[in-house]
Amino acid sequence: MTDSAIHRTVEALWRIESARLIAGLARVTRDVGLAEELAQDALVTALEQWPRTGVPANPAGWLATTAKNRAIDVHRRHVVHDRKLEIIGRSVADDHDPFVAEVDDALDDQIGDDLLRLIFTACHPALSMDARVALTLRCLGGLSTDEIARAFLVPEATAAQRIVRAKRTLAGKQIAFELPGPKEMSERLASVLEVVFLIFNAGYTATAGADWMRPALCEEALRLGRVLAGLVPDEPEVHGLVALMEIQASRSRARIGAGGYPVLLADQDRRLWDRLLIRRGLAALARAEELALAKIRPAAIGPYTVQAAIAACHARADSVANTDWAQIAALYGVLGRLWSSPVVELNRAVAVGMATGPAEGLAIVDAIAAAASLADYPQLSAVRGDLLAKLGRIDEARVEFERAAKLTRNAQEQSVFLARAAAL
Amino acid sequence: MRYLTLLKSTQPSEPPPSGLMEAIMNLGAEATAAGALLDSAGLSPSATGARVQLQAGDLSVMDGPFTEAKEFISYALYQVHSREEAVEWASRFMRLHQKMWPSWEGEVEVLKVMGPEDFAPPA
Repeated sequence: MTDSAIHRTVEALWRIESARLIAGLARVTRDVGLAEELAQDALVTALEQWPRTGVPANPAGWLATTAKNRAIDVHRRHVVHDRKLEIIGRSVADDHDPFVAEVDDALDDQIGDDLLRLIFTACHPALSMDARVALTLRCLGGLSTDEIARAFLVPEATAAQRIVRAKRTLAGKQIAFELPGPKEMSERLASVLEVVFLIFNAGYTATAGADWMRPALCEEALRLGRVLAGLVPDEPEVHGLVALMEIQASRSRARIGAGGYPVLLADQDRRLWDRLLIRRGLAALARAEELALAKIRPAAIGPYTVQAAIAACHARADSVANTDWAQIAALYGVLGRLWSSPVVELNRAVAVGMATGPAEGLAIVDAIAAAASLADYPQLSAVRGDLLAKLGRIDEARVEFERAAKLTRNAQEQSVFLARAAAL
Repeated sequence: MRYLTLLKSTQPSEPPPSGLMEAIMNLGAEATAAGALLDSAGLSPSATGARVQLQAGDLSVMDGPFTEAKEFISYALYQVHSREEAVEWASRFMRLHQKMWPSWEGEVEVLKVMGPEDFAPPA
């Protein structure tokens, strides 16, 4: 193997093994920052040694053993340092050191719970959102600082700072490497899901020709979602989020059109949708709904599951005309009750306009406009223009599209709105 | 990136050792838990399948079995970050055989499934 082939092999192993390695090490060190550094040390050692020695027969085991030995070294140094002050000259780090056995157990055991602890710790609400995202990608995705920087279009130093600060905050606030108790579970899980969905959206909104690290964020978020669904299989919203991401990701190929411009859902070539991801998404949605219905409290259907159900209505339809708009309108109604927002209401107006008729849709838009919170939102004008055009109120429609074009800061969107106005 | 792995081997003269299937299922569970394995299944012998061929303008259907020395044994579909990662999962699969069934021989073809990254946006 050439050096660069070995390098790529080490990277692949790192992607597969790093999270489990860090999770196991964090269990014994009780310090995610230290655990991450110990695992990194093992990676660096591999990168130094393997080009000379060749890739070992069991490379994953090699990484674990190396990290384990580093952990024991560091522990002994601390013990020696602590005890030197009082007992000089006595050998302390003997083979019966319970720490050694504990490290062995931690890295050999089923690590499911440790992995979950690691996820909850990296997504701890005590950290800023930027820090949560960076630490999650670093500890659970095995991404390098450079990759994180490129994915979020920030200088590498900024990404490095976010990780350093995150570790410092965890240590400073003495955040335990533990699973949240039942009382804080829903808040903590919401934070985890928010981080995963933010990573997904950062990739999903990336434009064509952007650094490949950005679209790769979608895959990473999906992977994290799938891992999470395996670790907390009884939480409906985890499956809801997975379903939402799988179905949205299924449209990746169809949503970039000529010149790299985004293609709206209504205009996408549905034959390009990824059927495997749709199938997985629908299965995850069914699981989420089944779990939510099984819970006693009625609030068990969460916003991710509802959004996934909306995405599923589109995924099941072979055309805009054959879409179950009445169901989508009803789901936006549900979403609006969970998550009151004029943007959700505007989406409901679009669905009602399709399901019932443009006049009914327009009534909802006018009610939103009257509340004024979306006064300068270009989509409000565009939706209003579309409904007015369908009602034959052409002059009013033109005014709305021109207004939308004036309000948007996105050049592509602007040309779409102006074209609509001109075509009336 | 998505990779399809296809396992090919001669029909073994002896049944697989006990424990191998269990180990394979455990590895599959591990790869699923890691978010890497999307789908996998074993393939029945070619005797149960057929081959549809277009040759010199003629369409023909041949029932199995086929005379190739090696048969397709199973497939797996992975979602990973690199070819090396797909190769690593395939190697782990083969290491189980190496350890538990030393006389067995076979090969895994690791094929990249075309994805959005392979298609430049239409000009």
